[in-house]
Amino acid sequence: MTKYIVNRILGMIPTLFIIITLSFFIVRIAPGGPLSAERNLTDVVRRNIEAKYHLDEPLIKQYARYMFDVMRGDLGPSFKYKDYDVNYYIATSLPKSIVLGICAMAISVTIGMGIGIIAAVRQNSWIDYLTMGLAVIGISVPLFVIAPVFQLIFAVKLKWLPTSGWYTTGEGYLTIILPAVSLSFEYFANIARLTRSSMLETLRSDYIRTAKAKGMKRSAIIFKHAMKGALLPVVSYLGPAFAGIITGSVVVEQIFRVPGLGKFFVQSSFNRDYTLIVGVVIVYSVILIFMNFIVDIIYAQLDPRITYK
Amino acid sequence: MSPVNDREVVLDVRNLQTYFKTDAGIVKAVDGVSFTLHKGQTLGIVGESGSGKSVTNLSIMRLIPSPPGKVVGGEAIFEGTDILALEEKEMRTIRGNKISMIFQDPMTSLNPFLRISTQMIETIRLHTKGISKNEALERSIEMLKLVGIPSAKKRVHAYPHQFSGGMRQRVMIAMALSCNAEILIADEPTTALDVTIQAQILDLIKNLSEKMGTSVILITHDLGVVAGMCDEVCVMYAGRIVEKAETEKLYAFPAHPYTEGLIKSVPRMDTSKKGERLYSIEGQPPNVIDLPPCCPFHPRCPKAMDVCRASYAPITDLGEGHEVACWLYNSEEEKAVALKEAQA
Repeated sequence: MTKYIVNRILGMIPTLFIIITLSFFIVRIAPGGPLSAERNLTDVVRRNIEAKYHLDEPLIKQYARYMFDVMRGDLGPSFKYKDYDVNYYIATSLPKSIVLGICAMAISVTIGMGIGIIAAVRQNSWIDYLTMGLAVIGISVPLFVIAPVFQLIFAVKLKWLPTSGWYTTGEGYLTIILPAVSLSFEYFANIARLTRSSMLETLRSDYIRTAKAKGMKRSAIIFKHAMKGALLPVVSYLGPAFAGIITGSVVVEQIFRVPGLGKFFVQSSFNRDYTLIVGVVIVYSVILIFMNFIVDIIYAQLDPRITYK
Repeated sequence: MSPVNDREVVLDVRNLQTYFKTDAGIVKAVDGVSFTLHKGQTLGIVGESGSGKSVTNLSIMRLIPSPPGKVVGGEAIFEGTDILALEEKEMRTIRGNKISMIFQDPMTSLNPFLRISTQMIETIRLHTKGISKNEALERSIEMLKLVGIPSAKKRVHAYPHQFSGGMRQRVMIAMALSCNAEILIADEPTTALDVTIQAQILDLIKNLSEKMGTSVILITHDLGVVAGMCDEVCVMYAGRIVEKAETEKLYAFPAHPYTEGLIKSVPRMDTSKKGERLYSIEGQPPNVIDLPPCCPFHPRCPKAMDVCRASYAPITDLGEGHEVACWLYNSEEEKAVALKEAQA
């Protein structure tokens, strides 16, 4: 197992290398550049700026320089924001996105799995129809509709929660609730549907019939015999979902004024802020690769038929 | 040893009816099945797929998925009570304890996520009051040794996927008998196994049931298995028992044309001539949705009469427990009366 883990971690290096290379060149293929928005640049100034950021060098030399920096852990200066470098922006904003993501994930996993199991056990009852109806709403209504509606109801009308802000800026921990709940909506719905269908499938399997024939209680059958098998598909969904929840929080961060990474993800693309784009891409890739790795490990823990050598 | 039919009755099934509601209509999967199981007896239930043999036994275990299935009539008397009328909670103390069941496919019948030890211990502790985990483990190991699992002490902690199909069926048998069941229902226990293993598993069931005094209901479509294993055989067709007899009698003097056809369709080493085609019963088993009240076998029967197309045959006792539901064994008057009633 240890050997497998080491191998997997080493295997991340070439993957990341390819991702960085591709994104480095792709952003430069895109029309425009970091200086396109600056209208009144004299040639001298432009040349000076280009020289400062090494934009005057051949592309391959820029690439080599960048790769060398990245290997030392330096993601370079931002082309747009002058005061700090990319490392700083990511270091200050990423934790907020992760906290938000973990909260949203926790909500969607607990509620999603709970509802999924209940719906499966009470298949075709009103609980089943109600929860699955809710899940369909969760999947089909976009975040930018759900979030303002939540703000309107819980912040403006009921005044239970603050409309926006973040606890790091002194607006209290309650600020986490609305963005986390809004963000969890789609994922909770997916998890609930996934849990329900895989639970139903498991409950129909031969080994559940055996457990019944042994005289076991229904609750014991569900929790002891059916749970593990039913959770496998859900677990494999969680890896990409967690990466998605962090990258996908752009809209929520905008609406609820959360100073997270999402803002930089969008802004850097508009600004052709080459280093910031690639920097954010690296962060997201690492999260995705790492989550898939974690999922594989959990998978092996749940299913004894899977072993890694 | 006294003849099995004189021994104490452990299970008495009377007029069992299990129907399934489907969009196409009511499926009478089991329609009026009666049989008795004696202590230490091995009773075979033979029939084609869909003849209702599995449903009969799942009904006795009360494991029919409901909806769509439902036991609509009959009783199954076990230890003086009708288990079909028991509360679910009381039924749970019988399942896996006094009446155990093993299934067709040992590859999928054990939980792949739990160790054999976990699955065995939980059965034993469920039905034995005050037994500790260690005692239950000891008992599991004993049972595994009994069914011939080598190095049982070590292998009890293995997962099902680490066993072969035959070994898994042995584990299933060990688990089913771990609480000294009175009745073991074996639903085609060897169908999914290859031939050499089949014989081993059947021998194991036979030896263990004799040793432990367990009565066995063996469901199969293999007449060869029946001949070697069973004291008595019920032949099922379209949800009913069409013939019931002691095994030797059934093979020597099959009374129902269907039984006759079944026996003729078994390839034999001794009497078959080279180049001769194997006999097969013509036609298909009937669709059991909305069956007419006549003999369901008559379209395929070479001896079919008018009365067979009109009315279902009553059960005739041919003596010494040999029973058959076929008009061939009724008097002309009886047939005439039935025919008249059906036309009226």
